[in-house]
Amino acid sequence: MSDTNAPRIAVGSPKARHILGFEPARFVAFVLFVAVVALAPMVVYPYFLMRVYCFIIFALAYNLLLGFTGLMSFGHAAFFGMGGYLCGWAAREWGLPFELAVLTGTVTAGLMGLVFGWIAIRRTGLYFAMITLALAQMVYFVALQADFTGGENGMQRIPRGTLLGFFDLSDPTILYWTIGVLTLFSVYAVNRIVHSPFGQVLRAIRENPVRAKSLGYNVDRYKLLSFTISAALTGFAASLKAVIFGISTLSDIDVMTSTEVVLITLVGGIGTIFGSVVGAFLILSMEHFLAPYGPWLLLVEGVVFMLFVLVFRRGIVGGLQDWLKRPL
Amino acid sequence: MFDINVNLILGQMVLGMVNGVFYAILSLGVAIIFGLLGVINFAHGVFFMLGAFVAYGLLQFFGLGYWPALILVPMIVGALGIVLEVLLIRHLYRLEHLYGLLLTLGMALAIEGFVRIVFGPQGLPYSMPDNLRGAVNLGFMFLPYYRAWVVVAGVILCFATWYVIEQTPLGAKLRAATDNPKLVQAFGINVPVMLTLTYGAGVALAGFAGVMAAPILSVDPSMGTNIVIIAFAVVVIGGMGSILGAILTGFGLGILEGFTKAIYSEASSTVIFVVMVIVLVTRPRGLFGKVG
Repeated sequence: MSDTNAPRIAVGSPKARHILGFEPARFVAFVLFVAVVALAPMVVYPYFLMRVYCFIIFALAYNLLLGFTGLMSFGHAAFFGMGGYLCGWAAREWGLPFELAVLTGTVTAGLMGLVFGWIAIRRTGLYFAMITLALAQMVYFVALQADFTGGENGMQRIPRGTLLGFFDLSDPTILYWTIGVLTLFSVYAVNRIVHSPFGQVLRAIRENPVRAKSLGYNVDRYKLLSFTISAALTGFAASLKAVIFGISTLSDIDVMTSTEVVLITLVGGIGTIFGSVVGAFLILSMEHFLAPYGPWLLLVEGVVFMLFVLVFRRGIVGGLQDWLKRPL
Repeated sequence: MFDINVNLILGQMVLGMVNGVFYAILSLGVAIIFGLLGVINFAHGVFFMLGAFVAYGLLQFFGLGYWPALILVPMIVGALGIVLEVLLIRHLYRLEHLYGLLLTLGMALAIEGFVRIVFGPQGLPYSMPDNLRGAVNLGFMFLPYYRAWVVVAGVILCFATWYVIEQTPLGAKLRAATDNPKLVQAFGINVPVMLTLTYGAGVALAGFAGVMAAPILSVDPSMGTNIVIIAFAVVVIGGMGSILGAILTGFGLGILEGFTKAIYSEASSTVIFVVMVIVLVTRPRGLFGKVG
């Protein structure tokens, strides 16, 4: 992901003091985000916020792959869609409690990621993007024809259940706090992964795969692991979304969902942690306000895409990070 | 589940060739642009769709029918491609390939949104030329003349493209520039202009396919979405570096898709992707790809 224009920022200098695993600037951003999660439901419709949170987790997962490993996937809609379907199926048909249903969706997406990755890692660069896109399209057609997904109607009446057998998630307040805390935890976890020795190797692969290989790292295995983690986290996001809204539909598995997460990542900032947060808020707000105007949304999204690629390809948080010279 | 009926199978395979023509022409364009510009043209399906809509527009607003459209549309779509290359795409060549992909994706969304705003979301009818109405009896099926024409015209177009790239001095320069643009530039060939024209020619091919598809498929803003993904799969299966390989792969997969439709129709939309997986697992560089 080296961009010839932009100054590179050392993401994990060993001397920096860390708070909860965050570098100071990132910790400030995290505290701000905690405040947003805590206060926003007083002014914003909580279901909109929860939708944004799901896409924040989704974008974190995607950014782990694109921003921190340098792999361009165009197939994440498959993980998002199937994760949601399987979580919904586990909750509705098997009667599993919330935690196990979400786990089912997460593990399903992770296993799919393992298979997709195993196939796609045979090729690099742009081929990788084309292959993941084609695999996801295959999964889309399977979902379209399979009975269990409900086809065009979607999988409906997914029950919310209870958290730890005690907290009733049909109470909107409990639901909101559960999702909010899980989102904050996801931000924390992805930051931890990025700064772990494993994350350092991923970044080495992003910068120079040949060199990483010559240093003795099994590049393909690291790529596959990163891909699998990203897919699993995507399935986690989708599972939460299925539980919140009680429905999983074909639009979750459509290629537009992959496009959406790419757009969120690009606008927020490729290779940043809080870019996923800012990007998800911005893009979902834009979709919310433009939804009544139908095809204008598509046109505006396309223009935003081109604008960011041509003049602001570091993204909003990426630009901020360059300006502050601190990783965000 | 399986329904073995020889006439049906043969019939679907012949009809599959029509789709194969579109796959071949589109993947040819994708492969040429990818090879020379290093850009996966996500907008390729949108140019295919635009081809059909421009043909529709020419008929509605200027009374120009199918045959003039077949000449004019590739020129119009190609010109649009050239404008977009000059205004937008060329600024990204020095950057990572990722950004070219994202830009063409943005172009695809914007153009599709624009077409939806102007023409609405539903499919529009485009009637086939009068002199190609009717069908010929092949014994096992009635083949509409129009579909036969699409196959013949598509084959001719593909081989003309192959001839230009593999057998002419222009094509030699093109192939040289694909291998080593700096060296070719040093020989005094204007590589940037070549890139622009290549992009224009690649999308003009997609526009031509769009006109040919207009009377068969419904003229619809999303008609290019799935077909461009198939074109990518064809490029992956065929492998880079062989124009003939891309053409043969496109046709072969169209026929295979028709065959699948006849014996197990539920799998017909996924069979091409399954082939892609098998090829990647057994021969990662593609059927016709060069080593390395």
